[in-house]
Amino acid sequence: MSFETATEKKVIVFQLKDEEFAVSVQQIGSIERIQTITRVPNTAKFVKGVINLRGVVTPIIDLRSRLGIEETDYNESTRIIIVYLEDMEVGLIVDAANDVIDIPTDIIEPAPEVIGVVNQDYIEGVAKLENRLLILLDLRKILTTEEITELKTVEGQ
Amino acid sequence: MDTTQYLDVFIDESNEHIEMLYRKLLELEKNPNEKAIIEEIFRSAHTLKGMSATMGYNDLATLTHTLENVFDAIRYDQVQVQSEMIDLLVETVDHLNTMVENIASGGDGSHNITKVANQLQMIEQGKLLVGADTRFEQVEELDNTISTFTNIDEFELSILNESQERGFQNYDITIQLREDCLLKGARVFMVFEVLEQLGEVIKSDPPVSDLEEENFDFTFSVILISNQNAKEIEGKIKKVSEIDSVNVNPFSVKKYRESKENNSSIKENTESNSNNNEEHKNKEQQEPAKNQHKTIRVNIEKLDVLMNLFEELIIDRGRLEQISSDLKNADLQDTVERMARVSSDLQNIILTMRMVPIDHVFNRFPRMVRKLARDLQKQVDIEIIGADTELDRTVIDEIGDPIVHLLRNAIDHGIETPEERLQKGKLEKGTIKLKAYHSGNHVFIEIEDDGAGINKEKVLSKAIKNGLLTERESDALTEQQIYELIMASGFSTADKISDISGRGVGLDVVKNTIESLGGSISIDSELNKGSIFSVQLPLTLTIISVLLVELNKEKYAIPLSSIIETAIVSSEQIHSAHHKKVIDFRGKVVPLVNLKDVFGIPNTKVDEEYTSIVIVKKGEKMAALVVDSFIGQQEIVLKSLGSYLSNTFAISGATILGDGQVALIIDSNAIIK
Repeated sequence: MSFETATEKKVIVFQLKDEEFAVSVQQIGSIERIQTITRVPNTAKFVKGVINLRGVVTPIIDLRSRLGIEETDYNESTRIIIVYLEDMEVGLIVDAANDVIDIPTDIIEPAPEVIGVVNQDYIEGVAKLENRLLILLDLRKILTTEEITELKTVEGQ
Repeated sequence: MDTTQYLDVFIDESNEHIEMLYRKLLELEKNPNEKAIIEEIFRSAHTLKGMSATMGYNDLATLTHTLENVFDAIRYDQVQVQSEMIDLLVETVDHLNTMVENIASGGDGSHNITKVANQLQMIEQGKLLVGADTRFEQVEELDNTISTFTNIDEFELSILNESQERGFQNYDITIQLREDCLLKGARVFMVFEVLEQLGEVIKSDPPVSDLEEENFDFTFSVILISNQNAKEIEGKIKKVSEIDSVNVNPFSVKKYRESKENNSSIKENTESNSNNNEEHKNKEQQEPAKNQHKTIRVNIEKLDVLMNLFEELIIDRGRLEQISSDLKNADLQDTVERMARVSSDLQNIILTMRMVPIDHVFNRFPRMVRKLARDLQKQVDIEIIGADTELDRTVIDEIGDPIVHLLRNAIDHGIETPEERLQKGKLEKGTIKLKAYHSGNHVFIEIEDDGAGINKEKVLSKAIKNGLLTERESDALTEQQIYELIMASGFSTADKISDISGRGVGLDVVKNTIESLGGSISIDSELNKGSIFSVQLPLTLTIISVLLVELNKEKYAIPLSSIIETAIVSSEQIHSAHHKKVIDFRGKVVPLVNLKDVFGIPNTKVDEEYTSIVIVKKGEKMAALVVDSFIGQQEIVLKSLGSYLSNTFAISGATILGDGQVALIIDSNAIIK
């Protein structure tokens, strides 16, 4: 048993358009319903703004926009997944957060060359589970601020 | 015994005692015969000795033991306090300080103390003693009878003396309450309130504490300094009910002194020295001694957590208020209102818990000034006013260095050498006044010296020489602007660069530090009379006052500290210059900045006849920010946008409004170019 748990990874599965993505639960603070977002001017297009998350001002990224998928309106199933990475705390807007599952680490494969719409730079790997294909996201790449700083300086001037 | 777990406490307490020793030694220098001070020094040295012996720091214990012995000797009049002695004592405390610092940084606190310990022993044996014992003994006999007051001390007398010189009148007032008066304490309180409006109460008989506890018959007396005449004072006191009689007599210091002269002819010299400075200082220092409160140490992080939790509560309170006003249930509304009241009290308490008296910064200054003045062979007195003024801990931690710099600057450049001062007809001894006080949401700290002042011509020629401005520009400058030049980087007026100040990097760093704290600094000066540097600081860094404005349904906050004023201008007042919109604001051309353009907000409003503007400043520059409407002024809690969005253009942070929404705080400094 202990052998099995050691080689399993608990992930949160969420949906963007018609694909399923996964992020390790260890990086996730909470899952929130969509709420009023205060726009922050002069930031990148995918930065939707900030929300008040129990007294902490938290930046929100539209993950669709970040991954280059066309944006849609938010609805009842839209969720904000709060993720932690190093000293950053950021909310990701996703279409729906489906479930939490354990995936055996040995079925995680490196990203194949072609995997649909998502730029493969952001992909840590894929996991095939019965009839589901989960794309594991590399949060570090998603939250990298280099591009954002670039965008900001352009708009700032 | 394992002592490591007590180390932090030991270091904290040792520092406190050392601080106390320094302070009391300096006081002792001014009042060499004050028994209370000697007692306190003795006690501090004794405690320190005990602690260090327990902790096993032998050198520290030995030296404090020697120090203690000296004060023991002084206590029992075997040794007379002299100024040369104070030097050595201060040096001793310096050694103690070094040792404690060594321990704090992980050392064993060993230090070569033989020399200083030997010198201390010589004092103890009276080697430095100059035959003045007789004088000392007489001090002890100092008591006498005159009018109602028998125990006015030298300090109080010197205040009274001073007030007479300044044209105030001293009164000896005796008040008799009616015998059927029930609440004597309350009446006394009312009388004191009247008295305090009339002038200053210097002394009361019986003492105030007894009066408060009603430990007196029906009569009490006070000495009052006032500029009103006796009749008026009598009339005003009589307005308090249940007073039988009021007796107002002029009080003469001279007479009082004369009657004392008979008994003793002492302390003339100490007294002639005592001037205004010392009085104020003594007053400051006596007050805290009177009301010593019990305290506990709390980690500042815990207070931060408390503050955060409280903010969440405030936001929920806002929601509750919203809900209750929607539901219109009387009981609910009542409860919510009560909760609102309680929570605002709670907020005050939490905020004040983070407040620390500025004394934490100020208390090391007398020592520093004394040493610096010696090094520069100048005579300088420092007078501290308002050391109990409280500031947020975060601000306290930051302002120490800038103030040290300003003080050094005042001693080095402001105060002249004793010879120069005599030539100018001033007292040999220069005075630096360090004053702190609250005003509105700000704390003001003023550093005032009675030195040479700032030579405008010299500043200007230097600034031109250093390429800070051209001669043409210099003609247009106001006095204030000229003085402020000395805080520009790459400026130094001292003819000679000393290692104390005068590298020209100092004052601009001071200015930057203060501005980064959300404060400002201004200079006023008069040639040969002195200069005043005033620093204005926000009370706290986390709670600021802002003006909330609306831009197309989005709410933004502009810190009040950067706002000059708000206005509504009509379209005729907006002019065009170089394809830019400007307005004429009190004779100055101010560029108009449309915040909607800056923040990329679609401009839905068609050109209207009137435009709301907020005029903001950055140093001397100004800009008029165009907004849709003003919402109002509010106290907000400053929050960061998080490290993901840490450097967003023109946004310095965010805050959470009462309805739970986030509003962004505009950094007007970034907008003004």
